[in-house]
Amino acid sequence: MAAGQCLALLGPNGAGKTTLLRILATLLRPTAGALRINDVDALREPERVRPLLSMVAHGAHVYEDLTARENLRFWETLRGGDVSPARLAGALSQVELDGVADQRVRTFSAGMKRRLALARVLLGQARVLLLDEPFTGLDRRGRKWVNEFLLAFKARGGAAVVATHSFGDGLGMADRVGILGQGRLLVDRPTADLSAEELHRLYESLTDSVEEAP
Amino acid sequence: MSYARRAWIILWKDLLVERRSKEQLNALLFFCLLLLFLFQFALGPDRERLAAALPGLLWLGFILAGLLGLARSFLAERENDCWEGLRLTPGDKSAIYLGKLAGNCVLMTAVEIILVVLFGVFYNVDLWTPAAPLALVLALGTVGLAAVGTLFAAMTTHVRARELLFPVLLLPVQVPVLLATVSATQALLLGQPLADVAHWLKLLAGADLVYVTIGLLTFEFVLEG
Amino acid sequence: MTRVLGWLAVLGLLAGLAAGFGYAPSEAVQGNVQRIMYLHVPSVLTAYLAFGLVLIGSIAYLATRRPGWDRLAGSAGELGVLFTGITIVSGSIWGKPTWGTWWTWDARLTSTAVLFCVYVGYLLLRSLIEDPDARARYAAVVGILGAVNIPIVHFSVKWWRALHQPSTILGPEPSPIDPAIGLALFVNWIAFTLLFAYFLSRRMEIARLEGET
Repeated sequence: MAAGQCLALLGPNGAGKTTLLRILATLLRPTAGALRINDVDALREPERVRPLLSMVAHGAHVYEDLTARENLRFWETLRGGDVSPARLAGALSQVELDGVADQRVRTFSAGMKRRLALARVLLGQARVLLLDEPFTGLDRRGRKWVNEFLLAFKARGGAAVVATHSFGDGLGMADRVGILGQGRLLVDRPTADLSAEELHRLYESLTDSVEEAP
Repeated sequence: MSYARRAWIILWKDLLVERRSKEQLNALLFFCLLLLFLFQFALGPDRERLAAALPGLLWLGFILAGLLGLARSFLAERENDCWEGLRLTPGDKSAIYLGKLAGNCVLMTAVEIILVVLFGVFYNVDLWTPAAPLALVLALGTVGLAAVGTLFAAMTTHVRARELLFPVLLLPVQVPVLLATVSATQALLLGQPLADVAHWLKLLAGADLVYVTIGLLTFEFVLEG
Repeated sequence: MTRVLGWLAVLGLLAGLAAGFGYAPSEAVQGNVQRIMYLHVPSVLTAYLAFGLVLIGSIAYLATRRPGWDRLAGSAGELGVLFTGITIVSGSIWGKPTWGTWWTWDARLTSTAVLFCVYVGYLLLRSLIEDPDARARYAAVVGILGAVNIPIVHFSVKWWRALHQPSTILGPEPSPIDPAIGLALFVNWIAFTLLFAYFLSRRMEIARLEGET
């Protein structure tokens, strides 16, 4: 993948999207294959590429008993970054959480937690973003928000991989789309090549045949 | 220096979470009170018997509270994928161990102080006179317990039968610490000078050094999965 | 190779039995029951060998991540627990007629019992984790800690004993050691080591086959 690109990973539950994302995040080791990030062999030297990566999974990496601001301070300090109040406030306002910055995360909705995770991404200045089903549990406004975030991230030159099992979300942002079935990448095409219906039909046929296979 | 900052922020976070939720400390303190009653009932009303067993009871209480408290060291990390978040942070992971260790030492020290006070009050024992050397023994024992406890807590966080495995792993390794601290405490309570227990203190210090070193060196392997 | 080891072990054991019962004299104070020493002492030496291998395998696994090292550590751990168990039981059987009790908190027995507990915990940990990589890593950490702890346990127990009991307890070896007894002991020790090597080799082979399915 190139900088400024977004790859959408489609697939039914259990297809292996989360596993693939975790491998990309250097959290899991693949049994075969190679992974290069920024021209560094990520499998041999995961520590070198980790500063560039940021992952937002279901969990959003938030401590429920801390406030939003404290969460950011914690994670950014661990990354070795600058946690001046101005920077933290800046990130919080960019994700529109400045109003609730000093409330405990326990009171947040799923969407707000997701936004906090994205604030963490902003602070960390990651170059590669891995999102595991970022749209689940969000209302329309929330989903629109994530899409805009992705656009801005791409515009700054970051690369993103978004796993999702719902069709509408994320595809607008994607430059490429891949379909995972039973742990294999069945399709990998630029979105410009496919219309929405074509993609839909392709997806249906692939997942049906995958489900029928013994 | 980034390493110290990172260890510090872990400590800061743990203390903050504990202060906010208050789950652990309150329960542990109450548990100590219950232990006091338990020991009294188990040993019967004979004052002398209790006094003779006191050093052992003190450390028994401490270890039991420690088993409960330490096992939960990484429980907060199980929520919301925070464990993975820790794995993804760049840099030397042993800083996380150090921070967690410091937090556990603080927790254990709080419990220990309460236990000592309760013992002094309920069992009518003079723990004030030998307070300074006793504090040294306590400190060394605490580090020994917490050093291994933190490491094993991280390990058992994701294992089945966690509540059973943690004590089974921790207790045999803690035998030397227990023997040393009880022997030293007994000597001190009998009024013996610090010099008499110097060899125990050296053993404890040596053991602490070994345990913490192993913890620092192997934590990244434990964090990995 | 394993076969050869097996036969050598059998030969060794036979030689050991002969030496222990036929060649070596009956000990002056304790009588024939002392002969259990030919089981007890080699057992504990073999157990220490096993735990040393656990340490080596553990460190090597963490350094290289090759599963073979983990197989070594796990197999050696099992055998170590086995031989430690034999040590304790034989020590106990020896103790009953000699000291009058099945168990005593003498320094060596206590240290051995603690050792036993540490490595039983090691095996328990191994049995509770399915993911081979996690199992190997966690076991390695416990293996290293357990091994490094051995001298610490040894000293703490020894000093603790010194506090509580004037040393009238007889040590397992009579001293000075009669050269004939020494020789019988040596032969048995070699035999046990061969037996251990044989078991280890077999156990590691089984582990390798299990890992491949």
